[in-house]
Amino acid sequence: MASTTLYSQRDPMLKKRDDFEDILEERRNSSDLKYAVRCYAPVLYKGLTPCKANMLKSMVLQSDHLRYVINQVSQESGEAPDIIHEEASVILEEMAHRLKISTVRFFAFTLTKAFKTLFQHICVNEEGIHRLQQAIQEHPVVLLPSHRSYMDFLLMSYILYTYDLALPVIAAGMDFMGMKFIGEMLRMSGAFFIRRSFGGDKLYWAVFSEYVKTMLRNGFAPIEFFLEGTRSRTCKSLTPKIGLLNIVMEPFFKGEVFDVHLVPISISYERILEESLYARELLGVPKPKESTSGLLKARRILSENYGSIHVYFGQPVSIRSLAQDKVNRCKYNLVPRHIPRKPTKETQSFVTDTAYRIVRLQEDSMVLKPWVLMASILLQNLEGLELSLLTEQTLWLRGLAQSCGAFLDWPDHTPSAKVVSSSLALHRGLVCVSGGRVSLVLGEPQGLVTPEEALFNRAVSVLSCASYRNQILHVFIRPAILAVAIHNAASSKKDEVFNCFSFLCKMFSDEFILCPGDTVQDFEEACYLLVKSGSVQTLQQNIVVTDRGQSTLSFLNGLLESFLQGYQLFSTLVLGNLNMFSDKCPVEGTI
Amino acid sequence: VLNVFVFFGGGGGCYNAVIRLSFQCLPQQEIMKWNGWGYSDSKFLFNKKGQAEFTGKRYRLSGMILPSLQDWFENTFGASVKQHKSPATPSLNAGALPPANLNEAFLQDLTATGIPFSHEADDRVFRAHGHCLHEIFALREGRGFQRVPDMVTWPNCHNDVVKIVELACKHNVCVIPYGGGTSVTGALECPPEEMRCIVSLDTSQMNRILWIDEKNLVARIEAGIIGQDLERLLNEGGYCTGHEPDSMEFSSLGGWVATRASGMKKNVYGNIEDLVVHIKVVTPRGVMEKSCQGPRMSTGPDVHHFILGSEGTLGVVTEVTMKIRPIPEYRKYGSVVFPNFEAGVACLREVAKQRCAPASIRLMDNEQFQFGHALKPQVSSIFTSFVEGLKKFYITKFKGFDPHQLCVATLLFEGDRERVLQHEKQVYDIAAKFGGLAAGEDNGQRGYILTFVIAYLRDLGLDYYVVAESFETSVPWDRVLDLCRNVKERIIRECKERGVQFQPLTSCRVTQTYDAGACVYFYFAFNYRGLADPVHTYEQVEHAARDEILANGGSLSHHHGVGKLRKEWMKESISDVGLGMLRSVKEYVDPDNIFGNRNLL
Repeated sequence: MASTTLYSQRDPMLKKRDDFEDILEERRNSSDLKYAVRCYAPVLYKGLTPCKANMLKSMVLQSDHLRYVINQVSQESGEAPDIIHEEASVILEEMAHRLKISTVRFFAFTLTKAFKTLFQHICVNEEGIHRLQQAIQEHPVVLLPSHRSYMDFLLMSYILYTYDLALPVIAAGMDFMGMKFIGEMLRMSGAFFIRRSFGGDKLYWAVFSEYVKTMLRNGFAPIEFFLEGTRSRTCKSLTPKIGLLNIVMEPFFKGEVFDVHLVPISISYERILEESLYARELLGVPKPKESTSGLLKARRILSENYGSIHVYFGQPVSIRSLAQDKVNRCKYNLVPRHIPRKPTKETQSFVTDTAYRIVRLQEDSMVLKPWVLMASILLQNLEGLELSLLTEQTLWLRGLAQSCGAFLDWPDHTPSAKVVSSSLALHRGLVCVSGGRVSLVLGEPQGLVTPEEALFNRAVSVLSCASYRNQILHVFIRPAILAVAIHNAASSKKDEVFNCFSFLCKMFSDEFILCPGDTVQDFEEACYLLVKSGSVQTLQQNIVVTDRGQSTLSFLNGLLESFLQGYQLFSTLVLGNLNMFSDKCPVEGTI
Repeated sequence: VLNVFVFFGGGGGCYNAVIRLSFQCLPQQEIMKWNGWGYSDSKFLFNKKGQAEFTGKRYRLSGMILPSLQDWFENTFGASVKQHKSPATPSLNAGALPPANLNEAFLQDLTATGIPFSHEADDRVFRAHGHCLHEIFALREGRGFQRVPDMVTWPNCHNDVVKIVELACKHNVCVIPYGGGTSVTGALECPPEEMRCIVSLDTSQMNRILWIDEKNLVARIEAGIIGQDLERLLNEGGYCTGHEPDSMEFSSLGGWVATRASGMKKNVYGNIEDLVVHIKVVTPRGVMEKSCQGPRMSTGPDVHHFILGSEGTLGVVTEVTMKIRPIPEYRKYGSVVFPNFEAGVACLREVAKQRCAPASIRLMDNEQFQFGHALKPQVSSIFTSFVEGLKKFYITKFKGFDPHQLCVATLLFEGDRERVLQHEKQVYDIAAKFGGLAAGEDNGQRGYILTFVIAYLRDLGLDYYVVAESFETSVPWDRVLDLCRNVKERIIRECKERGVQFQPLTSCRVTQTYDAGACVYFYFAFNYRGLADPVHTYEQVEHAARDEILANGGSLSHHHGVGKLRKEWMKESISDVGLGMLRSVKEYVDPDNIFGNRNLL
């Protein structure tokens, strides 16, 4: 069953992945206008009940579920049901998309222009597209792309339009709605807007979840949202949010649909548009509010080269097969299905588990550029290193990454020196080569800067560089945690190493994608990879580092060093403050 | 079923006297199939001209040519009538039969009572099975069964049963009651691990109506009587029970009680539990019966309900007092065409809501509608075919119904004439609100005739590599559509995954309406060419389908029962405590497991 094959591949090197096609190539050789007005006739879900966006709204407002919640809220608040109903209608109006093919065509035209300027290639695995096409006909489909950039959802719709696939409706943050005109444009291209937080608002939750479920049940369109909830500013996958995933699974649990297919999609950028913006945001410079004028100002990015984008459409994952033997659907038999209920523990943990699995699938098919390897090495050599040494180490790391299953896009038939130098050229804003030495650009050298500014600039460089290194963390994270565990465990006894490993996993549970409950499996995977690469040996319940494994382990240790330091620094700080504030409560020595 | 000694005689219409079927001892084996459904003379076959026909004289369809059946059959299943035949072996391989394991002491005591018994191979095999696919398949292959009853005995009355059960307890012999033999749950299968002598207690000789009480409209009936005989005998006096399960030609009163049977016309007459006023049952602990025939009692949990649905695990039902009704003055069939299944279900739901369901209302899905068409006999005149063509044109072209979506509800009204007509109008008016068009009496009547011949079709399928079975459930109204869709899809999915080479046929119909839900009946068939073990594949798919039913809020069974086929879900269905309650009853009533068919628990 799919649930077991989903993550049972023992040797990551054996992972089979599809080839890519560049969709920009054709655009460069034909008319953009023709492309934008061409015949668009996607295949549809076989169980589709055709309906307009407006009908959808009235279906939602008249649903048993919403009526129930409206009455409930009315009883609790003392307001008349009509008023609550009106409120619900306003919420829905604010939320709902108004998908229009003309707007999509407009975007098809303008985005083609923009993409051709910004990117060299947009590569898509066509086999994934074919699988998706099949899936769309059979079952309601949920598209789950990784989220690194604002581009993501425009890009997704663009690709689906290009391949004549049903356009998705996309859950977007309310922030976009603030953008005059653009907000409405996005709405007409399929975005629907949800508030960032509505924890206690029953009515809002009801409208929102019923809206999503109605679209799913009717097979109105593929539903797209970002499991990570928000753009990852660090290029590390964020731990998944499960609210929306819960909603799209419910129609299956309640038997309203036969199955729902989740499609993990990995979007990897060679250079992210928001690169330096993110670094500043991380350093505390507030995120510029989404605004149309801001977007216009950002036009200057059009003059830069952002390399290529790879979009990998993963194998659709059937919720039905995942849930087999894990969720007892009979539990839903005893309460009318329109009455909202908190998911059971069993369901909750299934949804969480699935969310983690999907994010791991996204990570797995992220395409890594040579520069990612180089950035990882440079960050462990902040003082810079010889170009030849960098090349040599990059090649060494390439071997290690491949043996751990990394999806590397290393150009064929190109001398490695050339690969390295062209990567350096693309990222010349971050690195400089002088006198055969490669080092990070640490702020603008000319002009007068205060020491604070210099420090800030240096931090921006390091963080920007780290965002590339972070792209490869998912490949090494388990072996790296094992490396740290081996380094820090009291002895080389497997049990003790495991305890240490398990502690680190718990500690890093919000930092990396480590599925809660998978620790034993993760440990085994890490051991397997390190043993396979010849870095460690397991001798009678002991884990011993081999001679040739020293360099690998020290690299892996280095990979996590900054994270460990960060955590240490933070806890020292918190402890220090605690002491300052409460003398009576000595917490020293407790950690 | 099989003991139909019943067609000759029939004691006349005197009341307050024993009405009894005569004893022309025609061996049942000669008029019944030994390895398929129903009468030997009635079967579907493709004749030399390649046309399908239904043989015999017993049914309205008998002797008729069915011109479109072959096309439908070949197109639906990918079967080939010419090329791919899988005929049954002509007779049972007697060598396959395990030797009778007789308990000599029991035999001696039984002989002394004078109750007839037999340990002939034919008699034993006959009572070793019901009509599950795996049972019929094994018979057709001439394989027989791992374990069959070691002997058969034919008690003639309640007291005979008392004697047999006493002797069984005395000698520790296993007793399996046998009524009509129409079980489809494996309930009649002998547990292979049973080491004791197994006695099949055949109730067929207990087939008398003991008395009729016209003041209270009840009749006392021996439990071995077969449904159609009971109905015929009562009809002679102007009465009926109105209990008409699809198996009523062959199933027995005792079997109905033991499985909680449901009749087609339950909307007027009720299900078996509503019809029964008094039950007499012989258990290893003794005889259980109530002391009066009050119509309802508040005397703790109703002990009848330990017996209703006990599936032969507690004892033998010997006599039943059952409600009777005067034969209705007027009866009218009807049918409604709906643009799609959804509209049909919505209409049935509304009919149930208004509590105006006719005696029977059934909704067939599109697959069954098409199947029904394939069973239309050759039309006799050009005029009829012209009218048929006109009707078709009206519905599909003028009304715009998609022939691949539309579905049909069949109706049966009963009562006095005026009220039937009034009732009819009410139902058609509701139907119209859901887009339903009245489609005539003929279509309705044909639907009900098919009910009785449809079981014969499985044997035809089995002759050409097609296995088929039906199963049922009951489900709340709001889940009917979801359940039907998901179960069909699950079956198709499972068949594909298990290597079935051809698209299976899945079809369902809503056969009963209740205030809070409906009974849904599924048909499922596939061409098994290319499969190593079709029965096993079939069972896996049915298992998955049942899982799907339960996950969609359906019940384990509406009226077929649990038997051995669905035992594994009992705990989940009625909870640990519930199962414990049933077990404790079994332990008290039958501590030595004399009634050891191992059904249910």
